[in-house]
Amino acid sequence: MRNRFMLAGLAAGISLLTLGAAQAVEIEYWQYAYDTRVTAMDQLIANFEAANPDITVKQTTFPYDDYQTRVIAAKAAGQGPDVLQLFYGWLDKFQSGGVLQPLSTTAFPHDQIEADFFPIVTAMKRGDDYYGLPTAVRSLALFYNKKLFEEAGLDPANPPQTLDELVAAAVATAKHDDAGNLISEGITLDMAGQDHQWWREVLTRQFGGVPYSDDYRTVTYGEKGGTEALKFYTDLQTEQKVGQAGFMDEGQAAFRGGMAAMTIDGTFRLGSFRTIDQFEWGVTELPANADGLRSNYASYFANGIGSSAQGEELAAAEKFLAYVSSPEAMQIWLEVVGELPARKAAALTDTNLADPVLAPFLKALDYAQTTQFVDEAGQRQVAIDMANRVLLEGQSPADSVAEAAAAEQAIIDDATK
Amino acid sequence: MTHGATIGDAAPKGRVWDRFPIRTKRVIWAWAFLALPIIFYGWIRFYPTFQAFWISFTDWDILKPAQFVGFENYDKLIHDPAFWKVFRNTFTYLIIGAPVSLVVAFAVAYYLDRVRFMHGFIRALYFLPFLTTAAALAWVWRWIYQPVPIGLINGFLAQFGIPQQTFLKSTTQALPAIMVTAIWAGLGFQVIIFLAGLRAIPQTFYEAARIDGLGEGAILRKITLPLLKPTTVFLVVFSSIGFLRIFDQVYNMTSNDPGGPLGSTKPIVLMIYQTAFSSFDMGYAAAQTVVLFTILLIVSLLQLWVLRSR
Repeated sequence: MRNRFMLAGLAAGISLLTLGAAQAVEIEYWQYAYDTRVTAMDQLIANFEAANPDITVKQTTFPYDDYQTRVIAAKAAGQGPDVLQLFYGWLDKFQSGGVLQPLSTTAFPHDQIEADFFPIVTAMKRGDDYYGLPTAVRSLALFYNKKLFEEAGLDPANPPQTLDELVAAAVATAKHDDAGNLISEGITLDMAGQDHQWWREVLTRQFGGVPYSDDYRTVTYGEKGGTEALKFYTDLQTEQKVGQAGFMDEGQAAFRGGMAAMTIDGTFRLGSFRTIDQFEWGVTELPANADGLRSNYASYFANGIGSSAQGEELAAAEKFLAYVSSPEAMQIWLEVVGELPARKAAALTDTNLADPVLAPFLKALDYAQTTQFVDEAGQRQVAIDMANRVLLEGQSPADSVAEAAAAEQAIIDDATK
Repeated sequence: MTHGATIGDAAPKGRVWDRFPIRTKRVIWAWAFLALPIIFYGWIRFYPTFQAFWISFTDWDILKPAQFVGFENYDKLIHDPAFWKVFRNTFTYLIIGAPVSLVVAFAVAYYLDRVRFMHGFIRALYFLPFLTTAAALAWVWRWIYQPVPIGLINGFLAQFGIPQQTFLKSTTQALPAIMVTAIWAGLGFQVIIFLAGLRAIPQTFYEAARIDGLGEGAILRKITLPLLKPTTVFLVVFSSIGFLRIFDQVYNMTSNDPGGPLGSTKPIVLMIYQTAFSSFDMGYAAAQTVVLFTILLIVSLLQLWVLRSR
């Protein structure tokens, strides 16, 4: 009797052991906390675990503001994640700091990456290696409030297509009170939002300049284009009085609240704007200049493999990365988060191209630029200060742009020395 | 074998312990209990402080191993116009904020001390902001300062046709606008401490003074203020350190452009935070920290010396 119990116990122990061995691999995935992104990732993990019962994926999230610090601190402590999400602009820092390991060319052949993904994927390449793959890409477009357009006598089916039309529409829709205070914006002005990208990669080019040298190591907007672009931008507040920096705190808040007829924002805002129910809004491509030149800024968060992943965990991490960059995952990400698939075949489907909201963003991917930042926050601050010097201190756009170019060049030189 | 050794060691120790007089034993026990917080405190406070001094002489960026660079960080600091700007801002917070908050707090406490009607309720009202999270207060004030159509003050001004003020969006008004909220948030605490100080002054002094025919002004000058000195010293030091370390209000009220516009509201702590946690330039941030530490030390010692009791 006693022997039988012991045997049964032994058998149970052995079967538990073998079960344990089969389920041994747990990998850790890190991204920043943002509701729809976490929900989408939960779905992807569930699908992935169903297809790979021997792997479990643990998702950990941190507030966006802390995210980089947590990643870097974890690397310093030798406890980094196996797969992690990163903004393409952080790659220099993460790669030189050894946070990431290069993707193996057997699991992720370069020719396939370059054939399947939009060309901006090359921003994840350093030397001969790729350090990550995006699930989704983001671009900018002009959002407009159809109700305010109708009230101002504009046709909501024909949003502005050129910069002149943009200014005209802003003038028509802006509202002031008797004291001359702006009470509803024609277009939002928010350099801390997406306007610095609009100024840098779109307006500067439309006014005849190029923001940086090809390797993004030399600032060139100070030479040509930058000043005219900044003047166009700040005139919206100082001359036409159709927008005001800091109006309702943030541009997106003003638009959401129905207090701004137009705003420039990215695909990542779609989820939030879709919950607006007081008015209908539309999306159109960023306006072209008088010569028809269009430009845009595209960016993305990619997933990479942490430098500490080895052996079984590395194999599991590669499988997981392959899944979250698959067309299936991209479709889920598009539905849940609203961001565009990073693979051409998954993005440029007939359904997506016929979608009035997605189409303007997708078209932009053809002509979009991807700024290679060395210190995204620092370089953004330069643009914020540049606009503030003109708006608050009355500095001339030319002087302000020259000062900004010098400051940004110093940041780039400091980071690449 | 090891067992035997421990027992063998323990036995003579027991006999040594027995030989100590009660007094010595008490001291040993006291130190044994004190040792825990001292070691803990030393470990979490003094060790990192010395570490910070060391880091300030390196180019540590968290990711790569630190390299000794001598006084390079301090040299950079002296030649950094952004640092001198935050230096000026920090002292503006201190030099205006601390005296104004103390005078207002004293005035409130002085008159509140005489109010009997709803005394506790009024005191609670003053104290309430002190209990509230600084971040929450900052966001409410941020809304109050907004331009029309949502800002409270500007909405009010607009009704009377007065031009709206830019407040947080201005390089000249933003710092005072933030300072007002910081003074207001700390007021309750200072009022309570002043009230306690006022209550501690024996009534007999006042009675004697009134019998001698002293006016209210003279009583205030000759009795209340001198006897309130220990309280005042404490509050001066406490609020000065508070203003030198101001961060929450500024960060939360200008989070779109922290310390802006154009760095006009940025205090030294915010600069340290940004240098350390958005540029990851730990060596430079540590040098700024050392400077802040030195300023805090000098200001505190200076105040203790000026306000010392003779």
